[in-house]
Amino acid sequence: MSRVGDRVRLEARVARKSFRTASGQSVSVLANLSFALEEGETGALIGPSGCGKSTLMRILAGLDRDFEGSVHLPIHGRVGMVFQEPRLLPWRSVEDNVRLAAPNISETEVAALFAALGLSDHRTHFPGELSVGLARRTALARAFAVRPTLLLLDEPFVSLDAPLARQLQRDLARLVESRGMITVLVTHDLDEAIALADRIFVLSARPRMWWTKYGLRPPARR
Amino acid sequence: MTRLISLVALFALWQIAAHFANPRLLPAPMAVLAAMRSEAASGALFQALGVTLARVAAAFLLAMAVGSAIGYAMGRNALIDRAADTWVIVLLNLPALVIIVLAYIWVGLNEAAAIGAVALNKLPVTVVTIREGVRALDTRLDEMAHVFSFSPLKRLAHVVAPQLAPYFAAATRAGLSLVWKIVLVVELMGRPNGVGFEINTAFQLFDVPLLLAYALPFTAIMLVIETFAVQPFERHVSRWRPRAA
Repeated sequence: MSRVGDRVRLEARVARKSFRTASGQSVSVLANLSFALEEGETGALIGPSGCGKSTLMRILAGLDRDFEGSVHLPIHGRVGMVFQEPRLLPWRSVEDNVRLAAPNISETEVAALFAALGLSDHRTHFPGELSVGLARRTALARAFAVRPTLLLLDEPFVSLDAPLARQLQRDLARLVESRGMITVLVTHDLDEAIALADRIFVLSARPRMWWTKYGLRPPARR
Repeated sequence: MTRLISLVALFALWQIAAHFANPRLLPAPMAVLAAMRSEAASGALFQALGVTLARVAAAFLLAMAVGSAIGYAMGRNALIDRAADTWVIVLLNLPALVIIVLAYIWVGLNEAAAIGAVALNKLPVTVVTIREGVRALDTRLDEMAHVFSFSPLKRLAHVVAPQLAPYFAAATRAGLSLVWKIVLVVELMGRPNGVGFEINTAFQLFDVPLLLAYALPFTAIMLVIETFAVQPFERHVSRWRPRAA
């Protein structure tokens, strides 16, 4: 991400990302990708399993630096991320999980965030006591609590039943719109991508380097 | 409650056995109690217990601190693991007696040698246990901590330590019983005081009631530490686990 004028931009370019297999072969996962997102924009990465969506997310999150290319992040940029599994600290309460990630958050902000995500009654619960949906809400709350400039959502609603997923999508859309940040969402659900994203990037499995993008301007969001 | 009944049963069995046995070899519980009372009255019992407990504590803490650090480094770094693994295996299989005798010969008949020898006996067990725990650390939580920019200290306190706590508790439990058994041997061989020294004296005098008068209170103290310190610690660190229905 870099500042161009006043706007924060995420610029990602992956010339090549490959893994070495146990037998020593190099397998290319991503190649010749480049995209940019502006402040306030949501981009959806969509494609079949194994096309490298999660790998790209790990690169954007800074968890994987072993690739050819570059990701521009602002100097003071904060990243919030929702992983495929909630990845909460099981020995900490819902509230502690959020506060540990965002130590400077005020009580008002915590209360507002928990109210928006329906977590107000579960502050003191441990993750092991939560349903799958509530655990995912907690992971969302944690990602929003850090007031991210870049929000990464890696299939945040996978394995939830449809009504619950829709409900969470609505909650997420409201929160995303109330904040001016860059959001990258990985999904294999086209409906979800259309509902949440301004732009959709399609990654295909074979050949792996094939890369298309569609510009979307949902009327409800503009 | 079951524990209490089994304890009473043990004493009953002892009483019955003592009735048939030679009292010089197996004294009745009351005879041991009398010996205990006279040792307590002179203050010798408490002095010996205090000295031995201090040695147990020092050796235990030393072994836990150094062993945890080494185990953590070995679990995290494959190179350190390969380099130190052979040493750990040698230390694990070196008889306690050899370490104690060598420590007394090389360092001298002093407190440092005694405590060092005990700690060295316990060290490899701690290393191996903590290394297991570090290897089992959840890398997904590590990644979470990385993305959310946890400081190294915060990561250690909130991500790593809670995952290692059960291994730490296991090392504590196994270590405590190992340490106090070896401390008695160390005292018997080269210290002028402590429970091990008193047991040696009782052995020289062939005084079984005196021997038991020192051994039993010490065992009782270790049982109390296990019940009221180690077990509550284990419960405390696992309180977040959902209880089985």
